[in-house]
Amino acid sequence: MASLHPAVLPHDGPKASGLTGRWQALVPFRPDSSVLPGFTLAMGLTLTALSLIVLIPLTALALKAGDLGFSGLWALLTTPRVLAALKLSFALSFAAALVNLLFGVLIAWVLVRYDFIGRKWVDAAIDLPFALPTAVAGIALSALYAPNGWIGAVLARYGIKIGYTPTGIWVALVFIGIPFVVRMVQPVLQEIESEIEEAAALLGASRFQTAMRVLLPAIAPAAFTGFTLAFARAVGEYGSVIFIAGNVPMVSEIAPLLIVIKLEQYDYSGAAGVGLLMLAGSFAIILLANAGLALWGRRHGHA
Amino acid sequence: MAMHEASPLPKDQRQDSPLVRRLLIAVVLAFLALFLLAPLLVIVVEALARGADAFWLALQDADVLASIRLTLLVAAIVLPINAVIGIAAAWAVAKYRFFGKSLLLTLIDLPFSVSPVIAGLIYVLLFGAQGMFGGWLQGHQISIVFALPAIVLATLFVTFPFVARELIPHMQALGNVDEEAALTLGATGWQTFVRVTLPNIKWSLLYGLLLCNARAMGEFGAVAVVSGKIRGLTTTMPLAVEILYNEYMSVAAFSVAAVLATLALVTLVVKSVLEWRYADDLAANHRPDRTRA
Repeated sequence: MASLHPAVLPHDGPKASGLTGRWQALVPFRPDSSVLPGFTLAMGLTLTALSLIVLIPLTALALKAGDLGFSGLWALLTTPRVLAALKLSFALSFAAALVNLLFGVLIAWVLVRYDFIGRKWVDAAIDLPFALPTAVAGIALSALYAPNGWIGAVLARYGIKIGYTPTGIWVALVFIGIPFVVRMVQPVLQEIESEIEEAAALLGASRFQTAMRVLLPAIAPAAFTGFTLAFARAVGEYGSVIFIAGNVPMVSEIAPLLIVIKLEQYDYSGAAGVGLLMLAGSFAIILLANAGLALWGRRHGHA
Repeated sequence: MAMHEASPLPKDQRQDSPLVRRLLIAVVLAFLALFLLAPLLVIVVEALARGADAFWLALQDADVLASIRLTLLVAAIVLPINAVIGIAAAWAVAKYRFFGKSLLLTLIDLPFSVSPVIAGLIYVLLFGAQGMFGGWLQGHQISIVFALPAIVLATLFVTFPFVARELIPHMQALGNVDEEAALTLGATGWQTFVRVTLPNIKWSLLYGLLLCNARAMGEFGAVAVVSGKIRGLTTTMPLAVEILYNEYMSVAAFSVAAVLATLALVTLVVKSVLEWRYADDLAANHRPDRTRA
């Protein structure tokens, strides 16, 4: 986006800063040059709102969890109930994001490459998990998968129980993660030119080989990013899960629910501690994923 | 397609065979029917389990009506605030170059990667009875937590990125040329914004507000933590769904849920229509780097 600043008008440069030349570029949140007015107002408003609504409250979380100290946080983490909840949340989120990855790529492929009746509406429906309030999804999934529900009753005949078990949590997490991979992969697939596939075919590749060796590497980074987004969303998910989970401590109690329970017991620092551990886990995984993706990109010759 | 006609290859080497195609479409449709269609159907069936009269009656309950009013009130407060913040953020990010821009973008997106429960928790830690400012607030008889202000704050937190992230790529794609022309012709900064920028970005602004509204009206986790769920006072529609469901008032719970599901469907339809009709205006938003949620 470097071409956004055509020098149509002679600019008079930044006034507020005494710094000039290349050092100017190192002062945070200060523009290097533009003729448009209103930067101070727009940036001031943005930073004020960001601080008041997002940054200062999040700092409160860190401060409150900091009351516990490192030993307190460690003690909290090694509490069997907390550890079980965190393990459950992260493991099921991973398992759900894997399903999202597999079906996300498949859905994107079908929506981009095939034409069928109602394709446009199927495409629009993919975003339903974003649009449907999580509590509504929660009671709907619970009604479907409860032992007397439409799907639950059928499965019960074969001795399979989904509602009020960890499997039920996994179903809810699959639901809320559906759009991420689809929406990441779709535009990439659209941009792959058919010549590339034709070239592969002309060189003697089978359709399957083309898909595996040519298409898959091209969409892998986008699919992987979608996977991490679905995973991060699943770790924090609350509304769609609690109705179907059963919420049995040590068995089907997710980490966000544990925060709510600790708050209800007025254990503020415990709640903040679990919150901080959850955030730390999520960010660690996102950072690792991005580092892995960067490495992968370098190996395959495109960033 | 024209390119395909000229290809020297036989058709089956360029396209998936009809069998593969039908199989993959069938798998996708079955998956989506199971995960998207079935939940919607069950809501409608459960809401109408005792007939349309019971459905309407459930919605006329005083507490349910109060929850509808509160949800509309929260959205009416949150949407204009988000519009102003979103436009300001997009103006600053898209129209200028400055050091720290990617940090600012990351911070704007931050609420997307924070659990809604944590979004509620942080306001309880600040303003709750035992929170950092709890004592002071109690002394001055100001209630924030378990009252409207905290519900609004928590909703603002979870909807914070929506408008900005729709506007930023669009305004970046538009560039500064129009505004610079207006300024050269003697318009003031404010005139330039109202007469040039705002008409240019109106569809992506509407698109962002649409998504923001759906989230604001449907938010559950963050609001559940700060609201205290006082009936008729601090219960929003999603919270009413939870309360009714936990009290085994299935028809009432699914009736409120059906209203929220209708809102979700209307949102999806309007969103799709905007995407189809104003594809060029919104196209910038669907590049992979900006679909990051």
